Amino acid sequence: MELVLIILIAVLYAGGVFLLLRRSMVKLLIGITLLGNGANLLIFLLGGITKGKPPVIDSAAKLFTDIYADPIPQALILTAIVISFGIQSFAIVLLKRVYVLVNSDDLDDLNTPEEEDI
Amino acid sequence: MIDNTIVFPVIVHLFTAILLLFFWRKTLAHRIISITGSTIGIAIAINLFAKVWGGDILTMEAAGWKSPFGITFVADVFSSTMVLLTSFSGLAVSVFSAIGIARGRIIYGYFPMLHFLLMGLNGAFLTGDIFNLYVYFEVIIIASFVLITLGGRKAQIEGSVKYMAMNILASTFFLTGIGILYGITGSLNMADLSLKVAALENRTLVDLTAIFFIIGFGIKSAVFPLYFWLPSSYHTPPSAVAAVFAGLLTKVGIYALFRMFTLIFVPDEFTRTLLIVIAVLTILTGTFGAVIKNNIRRMFSYLIVCHIGFMVGGLGMYSEVALTGALFYLFHDIMVKTNIFLIAGLIRKLRGTMNMDKLGGLYAEYPLLSFVIAIVLFSLVGIPPLSGFWPKIYLFEAGLMDNQYVLIAAIIIGSFATLYVISMMWAKVFWKDQPTVEGEEALTDDFRPLSKFKKSLLVGPIVFLAAITLYIGLAAENVTQVAKHIAGEMKDTTPYIEAVLGTNETQ
Repeated sequence: MELVLIILIAVLYAGGVFLLLRRSMVKLLIGITLLGNGANLLIFLLGGITKGKPPVIDSAAKLFTDIYADPIPQALILTAIVISFGIQSFAIVLLKRVYVLVNSDDLDDLNTPEEEDI
Repeated sequence: MIDNTIVFPVIVHLFTAILLLFFWRKTLAHRIISITGSTIGIAIAINLFAKVWGGDILTMEAAGWKSPFGITFVADVFSSTMVLLTSFSGLAVSVFSAIGIARGRIIYGYFPMLHFLLMGLNGAFLTGDIFNLYVYFEVIIIASFVLITLGGRKAQIEGSVKYMAMNILASTFFLTGIGILYGITGSLNMADLSLKVAALENRTLVDLTAIFFIIGFGIKSAVFPLYFWLPSSYHTPPSAVAAVFAGLLTKVGIYALFRMFTLIFVPDEFTRTLLIVIAVLTILTGTFGAVIKNNIRRMFSYLIVCHIGFMVGGLGMYSEVALTGALFYLFHDIMVKTNIFLIAGLIRKLRGTMNMDKLGGLYAEYPLLSFVIAIVLFSLVGIPPLSGFWPKIYLFEAGLMDNQYVLIAAIIIGSFATLYVISMMWAKVFWKDQPTVEGEEALTDDFRPLSKFKKSLLVGPIVFLAAITLYIGLAAENVTQVAKHIAGEMKDTTPYIEAVLGTNETQ
């Protein structure tokens, strides 16, 4: 299971960086999304994967006596997902607006000359 | 010592922002509430600083969860000084925005976003939990995205794409670093991490993790290979927004670098060399950029990059003297950089342009105002006895002790280049006669028709920040004491760790 996740994370990071380096704005957006998901999976993986052991103390016991799944990475990922959802929706709206204003999908066209500075 | 009032700097801006949302589209109410909120913010920040300066490091454990398990807020002298300086900048920008920001922007929620931004900044300074720091960074960048795009002019939107892409990338690097750090230590509390990282045997892994944080914070604080987003976006938003960004957003990156690399990753030879190389290149590239720019705000943007290098260099030398110098520079820089962008905004109000070729004659027309601006610009250059001068002494002293001659040379070049561009600007904008502009675009003066009260709202913040800069320069003894105290805390982190974790160990 770990190996599959490692490969998946590597693919997500590599794909994300590759897309970020493209000139197209849509690819920039997809790249950001992939990187964000890669980071979330990385936290999940590095938190240690424990199968079928919920972090709930048995009502008869006072302490954990067994190995249990660490709940913190899941809380972190949940937070990170919500944040990246907000940022990505903002990014989509912004890039739509850029497309309307500049009428191009190419990041190299975003260079209004010095004269128009305010 | 546990003290729940240390989260008040965060709460006051959150509360102000929420209150502002109830007065949607009522611009007068927005202006009044924002200025009131920022004033209360200053009172709270002064109170916090007085308490912390009195001795103890204060902590607050959210919902009573004992650290290192819950989220901890920590106010040491470093945090509370940053909160204090943020509140000064915040008030200045609030007041300036009352007139300096167009009505259309205020209607669409400029002030609530400004206060969310200030809330994020205060939270980032006060938190003692690394994931909480990430969350506050996200609060900051989302608020800053809205501020930089609000108004939606073409140039502004174009600048914000670069700003947004790089900042999201920085956050991803930061998050990756947190993930790895949690994987190797199993903790998120900074004090706890400090102990656990120091105990790790695999130093290569620690260095590798540190690189993620250097890149993440490096993008945010605009150091050498990662700064390109800054000069291509900071000249686009309204000047009041640019002032907050210039004064505080890059500095929160510097704050995080200082915090991480003194508390958690105590710099080894590799990290220190890396930081010094970055610092030298940052100073030089910022310098070259500033020299060729003809637009006031673009020039100032490059000066931000140049001066970031001074602080990173101080961190790289990592002696107590160097840290003192870097921290002093940080305090001075927050005040001055906020102010020069407000000044750029005022110049635009006066003449309707920021192109130095089209400007001129301001000294003849406004001698008193020019005098105040001169104090700020001289402080920026570092003419003794003004504020930019003192930290450089410490940086030189540390450099000589540490044999970092390249860094010293870079700092000297950076200082002279700053002197050069500022004197060029002074000659072109203030001394030169106003050039006559042919035909099509006559210069507009939005300042003269304003009432006396409105004029004072524009000039007041500049005078206020200039007074603080003067204080930093003329009462350098007091500021040095603060900087020395913080540098001491950075070199010896035991008081910080004990303040956060101590309550647990004694039980």
